[in-house]
This record gives sequence, structure tokens and C-alpha cells, in this order.
Amino acid sequence: MKEKIEQIRREISEGMRGVANRRQLFELKMQYLGKTGAISALSKGMRDIPPAERPAAGKLVGDVRSWAEEQFAAREEELKKEELAARYANERIDVTLPAHLAGGGSVHPVSLVKQELVDIFAGMGFDVFEGPEIEQDYYNFQALNIPADHPARDMQDTFFIGGEFLLRSQTSSGQIRVMENKKPPIKVLSPGRVYRSDSDATHSPMFHQMEGLVVDKGITLNDLKGMLDEFARRMFSSETKTRLRPSYFPFTEPSVEVDLSCHNCGGKGCRICKGTGWIEVLGAGMVNRRVLENCGIDPDEYTGFAFGMGLERIAMIKYGINDIRLLFENDVRFLKQFRD
Amino acid sequence: MKAPLSWLKDYVDIDVSAQELQQKLFSCGFEVEELIDVGAEIDRCVVGRIEKIEKHPDADKLKVCRLNCGSYGEDIQIVTGADNVFEGALVPVALDNSSLHGGVKIKKGKLRGVESCGMLCSGEELGINDDWYEGADVNGILILQGDIPVGTDIKEVVGLNDYIFDIAVTSNRPDCQSIYGIAREVAAVLHKEVEPVPLTYHMGAFRTSERVNISVQAPDLCPRYIGHYVRDIKIGKSPLWMRRRLALCGLRSINNVVDITNFVLLELGQPMHAFDLSRIADSRICVRRAHEGEEITTLDEKTFKLTNENLVIADGEKPVALAGVMGGLNSGIADTTRELLFESAKFERANIRRTSRALGQKSDSSARYEKGVDAYTTGVAINRALNLIDELGCGQIACDRFDVAVPQDPPKPIETTAAQINALLGIEVPQDTMIDILERLNFNVKVRDDVLSVTAPAYREDVDGYPDLAEEVIREYGYDHIEGTFLCTAAVTNGGLNASQRRAARAKRALRGQDFSEIITYSFISPKDYALLRIEEEAARAIRIKNPIGEDMSVMRTTLAPSMLHTLVRNIRRGNDGARLFELASVYIAASLPLQALPEERATLGIGVYGPGEDFFSAKAAFEALAAEFGLHFDYRPAAKPFLHPGKTAEVLFGGAVIGWLGELAPDLSEELAIEIPVYLGELDYAALADALGAEIHYAPLPKFPEVRRDLALIVPEETACADVEAAIRSGCKFVGGVRLFDVYRGEQVGAGKKSMAFTVTFVPHEKAIAPEDADGYVRRILKTLHEKVGAELR
Repeated sequence: MKEKIEQIRREISEGMRGVANRRQLFELKMQYLGKTGAISALSKGMRDIPPAERPAAGKLVGDVRSWAEEQFAAREEELKKEELAARYANERIDVTLPAHLAGGGSVHPVSLVKQELVDIFAGMGFDVFEGPEIEQDYYNFQALNIPADHPARDMQDTFFIGGEFLLRSQTSSGQIRVMENKKPPIKVLSPGRVYRSDSDATHSPMFHQMEGLVVDKGITLNDLKGMLDEFARRMFSSETKTRLRPSYFPFTEPSVEVDLSCHNCGGKGCRICKGTGWIEVLGAGMVNRRVLENCGIDPDEYTGFAFGMGLERIAMIKYGINDIRLLFENDVRFLKQFRD
Repeated sequence: MKAPLSWLKDYVDIDVSAQELQQKLFSCGFEVEELIDVGAEIDRCVVGRIEKIEKHPDADKLKVCRLNCGSYGEDIQIVTGADNVFEGALVPVALDNSSLHGGVKIKKGKLRGVESCGMLCSGEELGINDDWYEGADVNGILILQGDIPVGTDIKEVVGLNDYIFDIAVTSNRPDCQSIYGIAREVAAVLHKEVEPVPLTYHMGAFRTSERVNISVQAPDLCPRYIGHYVRDIKIGKSPLWMRRRLALCGLRSINNVVDITNFVLLELGQPMHAFDLSRIADSRICVRRAHEGEEITTLDEKTFKLTNENLVIADGEKPVALAGVMGGLNSGIADTTRELLFESAKFERANIRRTSRALGQKSDSSARYEKGVDAYTTGVAINRALNLIDELGCGQIACDRFDVAVPQDPPKPIETTAAQINALLGIEVPQDTMIDILERLNFNVKVRDDVLSVTAPAYREDVDGYPDLAEEVIREYGYDHIEGTFLCTAAVTNGGLNASQRRAARAKRALRGQDFSEIITYSFISPKDYALLRIEEEAARAIRIKNPIGEDMSVMRTTLAPSMLHTLVRNIRRGNDGARLFELASVYIAASLPLQALPEERATLGIGVYGPGEDFFSAKAAFEALAAEFGLHFDYRPAAKPFLHPGKTAEVLFGGAVIGWLGELAPDLSEELAIEIPVYLGELDYAALADALGAEIHYAPLPKFPEVRRDLALIVPEETACADVEAAIRSGCKFVGGVRLFDVYRGEQVGAGKKSMAFTVTFVPHEKAIAPEDADGYVRRILKTLHEKVGAELR
């Protein structure tokens, strides 16, 4: 028995030296400590030993088992460290190599501006209405207090389809469609494509406008100013100021042109604002009583304001784009600069 | 509208600088687009007297003059080549370091060895002609007249010390399309009185009615017509002051009578016309609609065939003027004119506009009528014209006139209150301030209790309600008083995108996740684009624009493909490596043409891909990303499109209906476009998905038992479609959950005309766990089905 145990101890010690990895160590361990291993066999052989000798023999077997287990555990710990060290040595990478980028597409700057505006005004309670681009004369002109042959029609070079149909020259047409179908309180944005026969570095025959309309009880010009101040601060910067000045649109009275303090120079005057400190950004005014009447809204009960802006113009100001045509060339080097 | 400062000063005591006035006009609604300093180019040019002239020692044609320029130097030597100089003459002297018209710089120098400290100037060198200063047209040095102190700035002498305000007048203010209209605004904003226009004249003891008979047969198109007879006309040159005014406004002087009509148009905004009465048949003037087919030749010698829609001024025989647009060649003022009829009329704005547009004939007069002329000014203007005739002494004026006017209701006062006006403005403007502002603008204001009864001046036809008064008040009171409030009285509303708008945003995000960038292209395309894509027949369905900018932007697109293709081609030609692009935009589908109703604007998704490593499946990823985002399933099947590669084209099906297509651009078309790399295009009828995109999310319980996976390597005929194999696998066993292709192999071991396709099939247990033997059974059933349906064998 004793010899056997000594034999096992020697074998294990020798075997351990030949082990190169944990797999081999496990195989070796199984030869002695596995179900059918040599030490397990000793335990099984106990029943052949006379009962009087069994406690002493049991202790010998128990000792060798504990010893073997310790040996294997210690060796395993050693091997683990060696293997890890080897792996670390092999698996060194150049962390300055380029990343695997999934790419990700871009958002067109006009969409980006539209998204931002919708976010700003949605927070103030505005819905979004998208009206038709091919419109009837009534919605684009007549209902907006621009009768046939009115000189205000010359303010916009309209594309005509024939009959009463035309390409809308302003998203204001959406005002009428909204007011025909909904009674106050109304707060709605109407963004979309509009068309005018004009093409140069600052004009495109197709561009985007966003119209805003509020109709409710007791709405004032002062409220218009307050809302546009909020828009300017959130769209540009907290320092941006607005300036109203008299203007004329047939569908608003009074009408104003709205300038924003130049984001580039902060109002001191620079090349971008042509030295004035102000940049013309949108038109607005109190909804003309006739327009409310045309939509079946009592102008003695309700008042409202409307404002309209060109999204390309906002994008050009915000991102410093100097030629509107860039927005429609869709050069991928241009597009990729815009992310939301 | 161009208004010279000197002219405005005739009517208002302007005591602020031109720049200050520009600012004040801006704040009350008259943006000065350009403040033109008339003499800006001329600098350091003064009046000098030639004290002595000597011959140049080395040049016969040159003279050496000694000039007294007062404080600029009492003995300045200047060499000139002009012949018309003489001792004692006062002349314009460009001093050393001066500048002249056209940016010419003058510096001290030597002429043939003799020092010349400047230059003597001609009118041309000052940028002026006889209309600015008598003698300025003379070929030689401008000899100044009268006793002018030496050293005086030449600009003061010749009228170049002036400013012109080029003002943007909004279309609601036709009354301000005139010097006097602007003067009224200037007076109001400066708190000054405006001087009245001189309107008096001497009359002769003869009558208009004895010489000519006037009738208006179309009062609807001519609400007021005034004719006044003037005889003993002496056609001649206008006085300098008048010519200078016209020149400042960019008009050439013609003769005194024509100049008066132009002068009144500029000053009061009323177009005037003068007929040579000796050329008027039957001494009759009739304002009537033209007969169909009637012709007129206008002053500029163009002949027009007229319709009943055009208004003419006719004599007993023929039209003698195209009303409000241009006089006839047969009745105009000539040097021989001895008697004339002055016309001052209000013609209906819309009719003039239509006639001018229809005939393509424009004039200062028609442009002015289109903006709107008021009947009140029509009456003022005739008096001003006669006043000028009298002042210029160029005719005898009859003691009566024809004044045919449609009776007008007296102007109705607007009843309002300060509170009502303030309620619109949202600020508190004191009532007294409001009244003061309105009265400064020549409104008549009567106050009874709190009610303001306000009558607009006769020339303000734009004012018709209290909001107009509110605008008048605030533009004079100052918009800087509006400080900003935030909807104090409005109801709280819930805002934001609606469900379908939010889904569109989601769709775009899903595409961006696949590296697709959004583009925006014009909604109109060229009819040639349909030919390019070999789908000419579709062009007939497209809605045409009547007045396009050009043929290349003349039809509303029914497909996004041409715009996408052009965008890809542009990117390729610019040397950009590659692109994945999408556009979510409308196509325009008419139910019938010409349009009877609004067309359908159908949301459509266009995609385009090119670049290294890109193929058909990169483009397909766009559609599949959309399907994945919204939990939809699209099927694809081979298809044909005239502009796509026949072997690499698919139709996209959703719920059995074709909703799109996808493919590689046909190689011969690529060649035609001179692009050497494959590009992929696709289009999806996004609108057709609308209902499906809104599906609510329903939770499916997780399986209680583990899924079982088996890999199947199949050998199938080469032409077998993946989708068919997949369908066969699914139909072979109801427990099939997922089918994923993971390998396709062609080679010797597989055999010619065949390919190997390897799938992972996932079985999803329903009621009880799937045992290995069960899975083996499923696989056998699937293999049987595969063999029957697609001839597949297990490898």
C-alpha cells in the first residue's frame, strides 16, 4: 500500500513536469483523481484491507488525495499565469489603427433645420400640417386676400399648371387649409416645398418654407415678438435678438419683416450682415381679418399671427453656406457634413 | 422708387442728414435699398478763375494757365490742351490728388516738362451733361456762368451735391410711388409740415368743351378721366431745374411738354398723356374697349392687334392711345404741335395689368397703373401739369375741362378705440399719441367719448379697418416698443409630429443607419429624362408647368429615378469615391390631364448607390432596413426595366403587390452617361406602406423550450432562387422559425450547372420540447419537399 502511494506521488511529481498546458494537466489529474483514476482505485481497494488496518490506510489514501489535489491546483494556477502572459505577449495591438466605423448616413441640412424648428415649436404646442404642393389659386392667393390681378401677385413669380392649378409659391396656403378644418385654438406649423420662378446664388426655383400660425382669443403683436424671440434664442444662441420693422403682406395686418441680430458679429456689423448688424430672416404679422373671415373664423372673437421663413435661408445662415445651389447639388462631400 | 433729396426738400424742411433720414424712413416702413451719393466720385474739384494764360514753351497745342482757387491756392499752375479757355473764365479745377467721374485720379505731374498741379475739367469729366448744367455738353472745358466765389466745391455748382434715396415701396402703398408721397412720409416722421404742391395757373377765355368732346364708354375700366385743352403751345427746351430733376431720376429730357408729363409722373405718381389735338379726328375723344381685331401702333412703332379686353382712347376714327400703356404714334407730341389735350385718368389696375401682360408692352405709365393710382391724385396731377405749363410759359390754358368720374361714396370713417388698437398690438400706446400720429399722416380723427372716428386721406385707398390704423400707429410709434410677451391668453395645446410624420422620421433614421445620406432634389424634371431612361411613354402622364424656367425643369416628376441618377452621375464626375443616397419625396400623379382636380402627391423613396464594394445587395439593404425597422416582409423577384441590367433587376413585393423596383443601371446606359462604374437605383412606393407602418407592437411570449438548429448543405440547379429554396424549407415543416443562408459554393465537387447552398434552419417548439429524433424527422420531411419543389439534394 505504502509503496503504491509512494509510487503514485513520484509519478504525479514526474508527470507534472511534463505537462505543458492546462488540458494536459487535466488529463493527468483524471488519471489519478478521476472516477477511474489511480487514487480513486485505492479508495475502492479499501474493502480488501482488514478492518483493523483500514483507518491507517484510509488516512494514507486521504493524505495522498489532498496532496495530489493541492499539487494539481498549484500547477494549474502556475499554468494559468503562464498562458495569460503568453497571450498578452502575442495579442498586443496597435491602438492607433483606424476604428471600424459603421458609417451612418447624413441628414440633408434643410431637413436638419426643419427638424430643429419642429422641435422648437412642438414644445410650444404647435402641430405640423403638410399641405399639397400643387395648389389651387384660391388657397395660394384668393383666400389669402390676394385677388386676381392684385399687384402683390408680382411679389412672387408663380409657376402655373393651367386652369386654377399652380405650384404653391408659399406655404401660407396651408394656413387656409388648416383654418377651414379646425377652429381655434390653432397652433400649427406648415413646412414644405414651395416654388418660384427665380434662380441665382440666393434664389432657387424650388425651396422650402415653414409657416407658423396661431389663432386664439386675445393674441397680440407683442405675443408674436415674444415667440420669435424664443425661436431666435433656441435656433441660434441665447444672445440672439429680434427686430421688427414694418412691411406688407396681403394676408397680415400689421405686417412686419423680422431681422435677427447677426450671429457672426453679434450685431456690431460685419461682412455677413453687410455692416448692419442685422440679418433679414422672416416675414410675419397679425392675420388679416379678411383671411379669418374667408375661413369662417369670427375676427371679432379671435385674432392671430402668422410667420413664414425660408428653410434654406436659415440653413445658410446657421451653417455659413454661401450659395443656395449647394443645397440641391447633393455632393456627398457636402452632405456628409450634416448630422443630427 | 428713386427720390432725390433736393426734390424732397422742396416740400419738407429736412434738417437731418441723408443718413439719419435713411434710418428714420427704414423704421417707419420705407427701406432705403440704396442711398446714392450723386457726386460720390468727384473729390477735390473746385471753382477756379483763370488769371493768366501763357503758351507752353515746347508744345503748340498746350497752354499754361495760372489759376486762383481761393483757399486751395491763389496761384496754381495747370497745363491744358483745351481751346475754349480764356483769361477771367471760371472753370472746374481738379486739384492734386483729386478724383473725377469714372474713378479717374488726378495727380500733380509734368506735361512736356512744365509742371501741372491738376486739371481743368469738361462736363463729361464731371459726369454731367447739359441737363445738369448749361454748357456741360460743350467739347472743351466747362465754362461756369455767373459770379461764383473761387474755391467753391464744384458739386454745389453743378448740382452733384445731392443724394438719391432708392426706396423699396411695398405694394400696399402706391401713393408713395412718387416724390410727393415720400415727402409726406418724411414730413410725418420728422414731425414737420409738408408744403402743398403748386397747383394754380392762369386761364384763357376759351373752353375745352368748345374744342373737343370727351366721352367714357367703359366707366368700369376708367373710373375717372380728365381732359384739359391747352393751345398756343410753344414746344421747346425745358428749363435747367426741370431737366436736372429728370436727370437725377434717370430720365432724358425730350421737350417741355413731354418733360412736364414725366415730371408730374415722378412727382405725384400720376401718369399723364398729351395728345396733339390737330391729329385727333372729329374733335372727339372716346374711352372705350377696343373692337376685336382693331390695331394700334404705339409711339415706339410697335403694332398690336387688340381685343375687347383692351381699353383704348379713340378719336372719331381710330384708337389714338392704348389706355394707360402708351400713346399712339398717330397722335403724339411733335415739334410742330400747337394745341394739345392733357389727359389725367384713373384706369382700372387689373385691366392695365392684363393688357400689358397680354401684349407684352410695358411703360413707366403701365407700371405705375399696375401698382394703383387713386382718383384723388388724378385731379391734383392735372392742376400741377397746367401749373407747370403756366410756369414754363409754353401754352394758354382753357378755363374748363372734362372730368368724367364714376360717383364715389364719401370715405367712410373707421370707428375704433385706443383699447381695440392696443389689444391688437399688445402694448399700451396712449390715445393722445395715437391721435397725434394719425393726424401727422393726414388722417382725420374725431373723438367722441372713447370712440375714435378716423377718416383716411383720399390717397390712402389701402386703409379699410382698425388693424390698418394699428399699423400706422406702431410704425410711427416705433416697433422697439414691442418687447415680447408669451401668449398670455392662449389656450394650452399639445403639439408635435403626428404618427405618420414620426414614422417618416423613423424611416429616414433606419436608412441613415445603413449609411444612406439624404438628398433633396427639384420636384420638376426634364421630359428628356424619361427618354434617357427609355420610358418615354411615361412622360405623357407627367404634369407640365406652363411657364417653366427652362425645358429641363418643366414637368412634375412621376418617378424619383432621374433626379437620383443625375445626382449619382454628378458625384461620380466630381471624383467622389462612392455614395449611398436616398430621397423621401413626392411624385405627382394626375388622375387625368389637363388637371381637373388636385393630383395625388405620393410619398416615394428613391435610393442610389455606387462605389467600391457596393453591389445590388447594398442597395437592397435600404429596403430591408426599412422592412426591419417596421417589422415588414418584402419579397423580391426578377423583373425587367428598360433602364436596368436585365440580370440584376428585381421587383419588390409587399403583401403580394408590387411596390417598387431595384437594380443595376443598364451598362449601355452607363456608357451613354460616360460613367464607368456600376450604379444601383431603386424606388419604393412609400405611400403604399403607410397602413402597415402603423402596426401596433404585440408581445409574443418567449418559447418555453429551447430552439433546435440544423445546418443543411444542399445541391441545387444553378438557376434556383434563394427565395424559392427558403419557401420550400418553410413549407416542409410547420416548426421552421428561421431560415438563414450562410454559404453559396460552386466548384468541381458540386458539378457543372449546380451550386451548393448551406442554410441554418431553426425549429421553434410549440407545445413540447423538440427531441433530436423529432428534428431528424423534420429534416427528412424538408428534404423531401426540397427535392420535389426545387430539385435539391443533400450534399
